[in-house]
Amino acid sequence: MRRKLKLSLDSDVTWKEISPGGVISEAGNAEKFKTGDWRSIRPVWIVEKCTQCMLCFPVCPDSSIPVDAEGKRTEFDFDHCKGCGVCAQVCPFDAIEMTEN
Amino acid sequence: MAKRDRLSGNEAVAVAMRQINPDVVAAFPITPSTEVPQYFASFVADGKVDTEFIPVESEHSAMSACIGAQAAGARTITATSANGLALMWEMLYIAASSRLPVTLAAVNRALSGPININNDHSDTMGARDSGWIQLYGENNQEAYDNLIQAVKIGEHPDVMLPVMDCYDGFITSHAVENIELLEDDEVKAFVGEYNPDFYLNDRENPISVGPLDSVSHYFEHKRLQAEAMKNAKKVILEVAAEFEKLTGRKYGLFEEYMMEDAEIAIVVINSTAGTAKEVVKSLRAKGVKAGLIKIRVYRPFPVDEIVKALKKVKALAVLDKCDSFNAAGGPLFTDVTSALYGRADGIKVINYIYGLGGRDVKTDDIEKVYERLADIAKTGSVGEIYNYFGVRE
Ligand code: SF4
Ligand code: SF4
Repeated sequence: MRRKLKLSLDSDVTWKEISPGGVISEAGNAEKFKTGDWRSIRPVWIVEKCTQCMLCFPVCPDSSIPVDAEGKRTEFDFDHCKGCGVCAQVCPFDAIEMTEN
Repeated sequence: MAKRDRLSGNEAVAVAMRQINPDVVAAFPITPSTEVPQYFASFVADGKVDTEFIPVESEHSAMSACIGAQAAGARTITATSANGLALMWEMLYIAASSRLPVTLAAVNRALSGPININNDHSDTMGARDSGWIQLYGENNQEAYDNLIQAVKIGEHPDVMLPVMDCYDGFITSHAVENIELLEDDEVKAFVGEYNPDFYLNDRENPISVGPLDSVSHYFEHKRLQAEAMKNAKKVILEVAAEFEKLTGRKYGLFEEYMMEDAEIAIVVINSTAGTAKEVVKSLRAKGVKAGLIKIRVYRPFPVDEIVKALKKVKALAVLDKCDSFNAAGGPLFTDVTSALYGRADGIKVINYIYGLGGRDVKTDDIEKVYERLADIAKTGSVGEIYNYFGVRE
């Protein structure tokens, strides 16, 4: 009988439950890896200045600028934003400022 | 029905591989293991196996190909020696930590330098902490039997670790001795089908193998890997019991030779045990209570069992065919003494490094070790702990 591999990549998984050899059995699991705690500086979205030009979201290496159903950007996903500052560099309207985390 | 034959250790191992009929063999030739893939390649050419044989360009590639194949769901075997094993080093750890039960016939040879093609144990001893199970065998029969058992041990769901079948270069690999072989269908039934819980070629249940493992999960994976090595001890004994039912040949974690009432004993690995048993026999004829332990399973190390076996011994010599260059003693010595520490403290233990680079081991040498042990047992005075025999002083 083959055993079913239990996916166990949650941050509180114990050694007894973790998948042997680090095998990953589920797609899209990068989301479970909360890279937000790597951040030392954080982007601040200045909504009044934002024109919704949508230049920022494609450059984010961590897909941390969510876009809603109407095609508008929303608040940063701070669980995954690493604070790289690329979005702030790209924004033509100074609508993103980097500050201390 | 067993068949009697006369084979060298390498031939015997190649025959075992033919009978196992693995999905993949990837190997690169190096003395004294070359004959294993050489004989096996002829089985492939003659259509005697269904194996995909990959003649790679180096041992690093051999082990990499084995890892890829085993991850894909293929039962995989390779063979190497000395510097070939050293070139596999990086991949040895990856096979073990990825929990891929590759089987490796490790034909023991001195690790360069200076360059030497003869037997000692410096190659596999260096890989003792790579996460591989290590089985050692005294002769062609044990090399054959261990290879068949290795496949079943490594693939057990509670283990999932790669296994080395270690035996002495030339002494065992090239010397032709009598052997009892199993029938092909008996081996086939014994090892069964390789049916891993998850593998890359399983289209219904896709997986990724070998991902980056950061601070948040690496430690848990290593802890689980350590548990697999603990589980291996039980599985090795279960597989041995099943093998005994089939063949009548009994295997344990180590062999105890005249140990019941032994007062002086040596612990030794591989072919030297044969020489040493002759010495024990002649000492016993003279009334000396001598005994011997031959390690079969070095990883996992049988700590509790060896303490139990040695408890009544007064003086003990651990023989290492490999030096550790730690200015304190060989690897087997270190493992035996740390097993005894706190569990059987009264025993006087000394270490001998011997046979490096294929230096011949004679019964006279072993007799002198027992003489010294008898003296230690009598006087209680140990003297030098870290010794050599067979080197010109
Ligand atoms: S700072 Fe970097 S990671 Fe964070 S939202 Fe901007 S581009 Fe993405
Ligand atoms: S680039 Fe600046 S202005 Fe454009 S959507 Fe992003 S934050 Fe708004």
